[in-house]
Amino acid sequence: MNRFLLPLSIFIVVVIFLGVGLKLNPREIPSPLVGKVAPDFSQPQLYDPAKVFSPADLKGKVWLLNFWASWCSGCRTEHPVLMELAKSGEVPIYGMDYKDQHDEAMTWLKRWGNPYPVVGVDDAGRVGINYGVYGVPETYVIDKQGVIRYKQIGPLDPDTVAKKILPLVKQLESQ
Amino acid sequence: MKRLILIALLLSGPAWAGEARPLADDPAAEARLKHLAVELRCLVCQNQTLADSNAPLAEDLRREVREMIAKDMSDKEIIDFLVARYGDFVLYRPPLKATTTLLWVGPFVLLMIGATALIMTLRRRAHQVVDVPVTDEEHRRVEQLLAEGGKRS
Repeated sequence: MNRFLLPLSIFIVVVIFLGVGLKLNPREIPSPLVGKVAPDFSQPQLYDPAKVFSPADLKGKVWLLNFWASWCSGCRTEHPVLMELAKSGEVPIYGMDYKDQHDEAMTWLKRWGNPYPVVGVDDAGRVGINYGVYGVPETYVIDKQGVIRYKQIGPLDPDTVAKKILPLVKQLESQ
Repeated sequence: MKRLILIALLLSGPAWAGEARPLADDPAAEARLKHLAVELRCLVCQNQTLADSNAPLAEDLRREVREMIAKDMSDKEIIDFLVARYGDFVLYRPPLKATTTLLWVGPFVLLMIGATALIMTLRRRAHQVVDVPVTDEEHRRVEQLLAEGGKRS
């Protein structure tokens, strides 16, 4: 009995490690930007390219910055969740149209609805690089001081919104 | 290789030089880009380097690195720029620090545990193996068996 104990315990440890490894999503790379000031930008707005969208305009507010594109299928999946969240009025979602065609972006928002008060245009993907975006959709929660508090990689789902985003927004609002 | 052909094509046919390649005519800068790009990971196709990947993000990041080279930034500054945005994950060789000690030291720890276990087992076995003297009776039996075997074949 004793001679099987050691191999068995090693086997169990290996199984636990592999099991945890299977549950991890290799696409979710922790962002070094969480806890840091959101990188500044001033990008033309989608609906009015003469106007500028900049995070400086939103100081003192808790807001979400959502990188999306009309060519991105995950954004389509996420879109109803954003519409619902925007309708609830809990937190404003600002959009960043990432490496997209202007007309296609406009058509997309017209067709599926526009949850954003303002949409910025990131034609060259430079804002994306500054935010460490590597796969749209990505969503950032930014607090009143302009600090990134959370980064969602991939589509938001109702569960994440209810369990992570909304409690965090409430906590940040009360600060 | 494909990229080399592509560069050669772009250089040889100025009539079709579509996209601007700001540094293509500066071999030193291009060499630095290549040298840096093989050390950096593409975040979209995670097992490719920035040099290998055709993903749009990799193209953007190469453009960004090219621009930083043109601005005469050092390799360290360029790598720090990317690590600040994407984390250590962009590095193909993770740095040695508190969170990565297990990664660096782990294999050696396992090797040590294995070696110790092996040595301990071998020593213990050396004690267990005792010389068993063969009796005359057994000698006779062996000879008999060998002789029988010889006849059979």
